[in-house]
Amino acid sequence: MRIFDPHIHMTSRTTDDYQAMYASGVRALVEPSFWLGQPRTSPESFFDYFDALLGWEPFRAAQYGIAHHCTLALNPKEANDPRCTPVLDALPRYLVKDGVVAVGEIGYDSMTPAEDTALAAQLQLAADHGLPALVHTPHRDKLAGLRRTIDVVRESALDPERVLLDHLNETTVKDAAESGSWLGFSIYPDTKMDEDRMVAVLKAHGTEKVLVNSAADWGKSDPLKTRKVADAMLAAGFGEDDVDRVLWRNPVAFYGLSGRLQLEVAAPEALHEGNSILRGGE
Amino acid sequence: MISNPPAPTREDLAPRLDAAAGAWLDAALAEAAAALDENEGDNVAVAPWELRFAAAGRHCGQEHADPVRTLLLQEARAGLTTLTRLYHQGTAAERRAVLLALPLRVTGPGALPLVEDALRTNDTRLVAAAVGPYAAAHLDPHSWRHAILKCLFTGVPVAAVDGLDRRAHGDAELARMLADFAAERTAAGRPVPADLYHALHLTGEES
Repeated sequence: MRIFDPHIHMTSRTTDDYQAMYASGVRALVEPSFWLGQPRTSPESFFDYFDALLGWEPFRAAQYGIAHHCTLALNPKEANDPRCTPVLDALPRYLVKDGVVAVGEIGYDSMTPAEDTALAAQLQLAADHGLPALVHTPHRDKLAGLRRTIDVVRESALDPERVLLDHLNETTVKDAAESGSWLGFSIYPDTKMDEDRMVAVLKAHGTEKVLVNSAADWGKSDPLKTRKVADAMLAAGFGEDDVDRVLWRNPVAFYGLSGRLQLEVAAPEALHEGNSILRGGE
Repeated sequence: MISNPPAPTREDLAPRLDAAAGAWLDAALAEAAAALDENEGDNVAVAPWELRFAAAGRHCGQEHADPVRTLLLQEARAGLTTLTRLYHQGTAAERRAVLLALPLRVTGPGALPLVEDALRTNDTRLVAAAVGPYAAAHLDPHSWRHAILKCLFTGVPVAAVDGLDRRAHGDAELARMLADFAAERTAAGRPVPADLYHALHLTGEES
């Protein structure tokens, strides 16, 4: 079984996770830039983070046989801090990089005017750079937030078919599907969605344009949720082709819109004797 | 005097690129050739060839990205200012290309901060690119010895270290560091890298 986790924050995960993910079938992933739990206070902190998503993290992933790509953006939560908004001006020089397969995560957190500005500006950046967009839907006031998100996408230069609406659930999947965008579901241990609810959504809506992710990060989360959904799908009577479509072909098709996916992993040269990561640094 | 590696040429690359990649490279080289001197320009707009430098991997294939990027740096006559900016704003792959081009583009020690930055990482792609002819020519003895140890620690073959035999010869301090490292590994019941004995032998200071 081959698995593509289209949304996971590996910066917050250990090498044990990479190893377990590989053993579960994960061969590719996308790491969206997002909030780090601790608010940042300057653009430079973002730049170091972006550089890590384009340097160190793909290097770590490759040592475990996993292809790593990223999405870059100013996230909605920190878009509300004027100390961080200059990140928007620097994004164009990052969006040309080989490993960047979408603009994201963008979207709404508290639905403020500053979030409106950042969302619209970054949808435009995606259109300008030939990239799709990964759009986070808010945790609070979700359905209203989703509808407002869809409206902003419709008014933007970016085709809804180049947008992935993420963190969907039973209450938002219908509106999201009608918008023509791709449909992302984050499977969490307690919150968001779980495996069995995901299977029920797949039964009701089919597998078209559906992506499933672990969204694993620094909170209580599980990087193997993608595999658990695949297993739950098979147990519920879905075939292996359905699983491959949801867990591999759909994310490849969506992020492939960037023209930048490189799914063959070139393991870094020169690794013998226990490399720098397995030893935990010097 | 730096023993420069042969610079890649358009002719070397041509047979390895498909038609689309070849056309892309020709356009990129034309833009690079038109690059302004790095002391000219408005310092605001990103030069078109620099966007090509970033995009080289996806257009020419990752396996050709190093020589394509080196060729662009040559064609654009990139100097220390440009190389430093591209390094700091680059992905790991772009940083590696800058490091590989240093012996072709920089004559004095001015680019050492880039080499030192790369040697501080644990990314073997960067470490391997940092210990080329430029480091052999300019890195001070202490930093150079630590670079050798870093290669042994991170599994970069010492064959990547340019000028190893010349610089190692007669270096008693390097020999001591290598012997201490071997002793530490042995005490831990861990294997000693074969490369370590090779480097130690080159010092001629085995005791």
